[in-house]
Amino acid sequence: MNAFEKLTLYLQYPFVRYALIVGVLIALCSSLLGVTLVLKRFSFIGDGLSHVAFGAMAVASVLRLSDNMALVLPVTVLCAVLLLRTGQNAQIRGDASVAMISVGALAVGYLLMNLYPTSANISGDVCSTLFGSTSILTLTPLEVWLCVILSILSVAAFVCFYHKIFAVTFDESFARATGTNAGFYNLLIAVMIAVIIVLAMNLVGSLLISALVIFPALSAMRIFRSFRAVTICSACLSVCCTLAGMLIAVVAATPVGSTIVAADIAAFAGFSAVGMLRNR
Amino acid sequence: MAQLACQDVSLGYEGREIVGGLTFTVNAGDYLCIVGENGSGKSTLMKTILGLRSPMRGEIVMGDGLRANEIGYLPQQTAVQRDFPASVREIVLSGCQGRCGLRPFYNRDERRLAADNMEKLGLTPLARRCYRDLSGGQTQRVLLARALCATQKLLLLDEPVSGLDPKVTAELYRLIADLNARDGITVIMISHDISAALRYATHILHIGERAFFGTRDEYRESGPGREYLRFHGPKGGAKP
Repeated sequence: MNAFEKLTLYLQYPFVRYALIVGVLIALCSSLLGVTLVLKRFSFIGDGLSHVAFGAMAVASVLRLSDNMALVLPVTVLCAVLLLRTGQNAQIRGDASVAMISVGALAVGYLLMNLYPTSANISGDVCSTLFGSTSILTLTPLEVWLCVILSILSVAAFVCFYHKIFAVTFDESFARATGTNAGFYNLLIAVMIAVIIVLAMNLVGSLLISALVIFPALSAMRIFRSFRAVTICSACLSVCCTLAGMLIAVVAATPVGSTIVAADIAAFAGFSAVGMLRNR
Repeated sequence: MAQLACQDVSLGYEGREIVGGLTFTVNAGDYLCIVGENGSGKSTLMKTILGLRSPMRGEIVMGDGLRANEIGYLPQQTAVQRDFPASVREIVLSGCQGRCGLRPFYNRDERRLAADNMEKLGLTPLARRCYRDLSGGQTQRVLLARALCATQKLLLLDEPVSGLDPKVTAELYRLIADLNARDGITVIMISHDISAALRYATHILHIGERAFFGTRDEYRESGPGREYLRFHGPKGGAKP
């Protein structure tokens, strides 16, 4: 059976189609905000927030909540707001507070999972939460719809506030001085990134979310020289890499998350090479 | 009525006062230079005028039809901006943001305003260039064009010439003086360059232990002015 036949066979299964839909949507959303986050020097926020989501998920499973999302989403949004708020004049600077929350949440989450084990295979649970090995293939139609709606909302918000997000990213104090409500847009960015990260945990797991956020943006910045071109390129690239990564993962039976990130790394290498050639 | 009036304003951080009792007025068409030692509160004063922070005491009153979001601001460059992938046109256009309100996109008038300001500052050939590839003088012109999109009345400049070579510095000063003289835009500038301040400014505000506010000629004769000029000034100072 060649790769193409294998692919058509797998695509007949609804869970594979769901995984592809959700994957593409998450890749699109995360790359749009990725440009802003990288430029605001918040590359690590994806990592930090995904660890928060991991910690919250551990708490939720210890409490035996039927719906994990009900706890994970609000906690992550709250942390995102706190992290992005304190970016400017905090006592603990941006990168330090991200590192602190990230490591703290990871440790507490793992600790709780060990103290109150909910299943026999803790390391298996931890591994799949961190690297997202299986959950994307077990999505229910409800989760897919939730993901579709939240993604549409995120993209719509990004398009509507594109110019404002640009102004706030480029120069927050200028934007504030000329009457743009910078606080609100920072809040909006924080909420959006938190929602996307919670969604993305299903796809690549919490460890690899940073890759989805930063790689497409960084690749696009190697070549393009305007904010709009960088944003559009980063969105397209992210969708292509995710699609390619997922299809390869299906055919070659590799872990979905790490295959997507490998595709992103390959794209980054290619874009860097092109960028270097052009600048010579 | 004055465009901007500071009445007995005190500035500080976390309850600690840096500057107290500042009283001055700025009329339309003035060119005010704010001078003083490092840490004397010049940038804090500018942020307060912009409404980014509130004064500890006293108040700043806008008059003459000036609204708070009609101030053009040329900030010191931040690390974020130095490698920012944005075209010159995108950055200049973002100066119109205050006019948009909740409208998500720029309209034709705003695009034309941005194009006019780019033309005025000689940026039209650079419109599609990337901000991070520009020279120091060019980036300041871009930020000045952006500030002009936000205002027709009052420009606030925070050390606009720091890090520029003498030729570009002179060009930028001439450009600012032109905007002040020809377009009647009020200029408030923070500067370390006292000789340029004395050459172009109509008024000087000296912040420090002994504050001073008055016209350029009054400053030359005043106590703080003489002292400051002895160290920094053009005549017989430590710096030529």
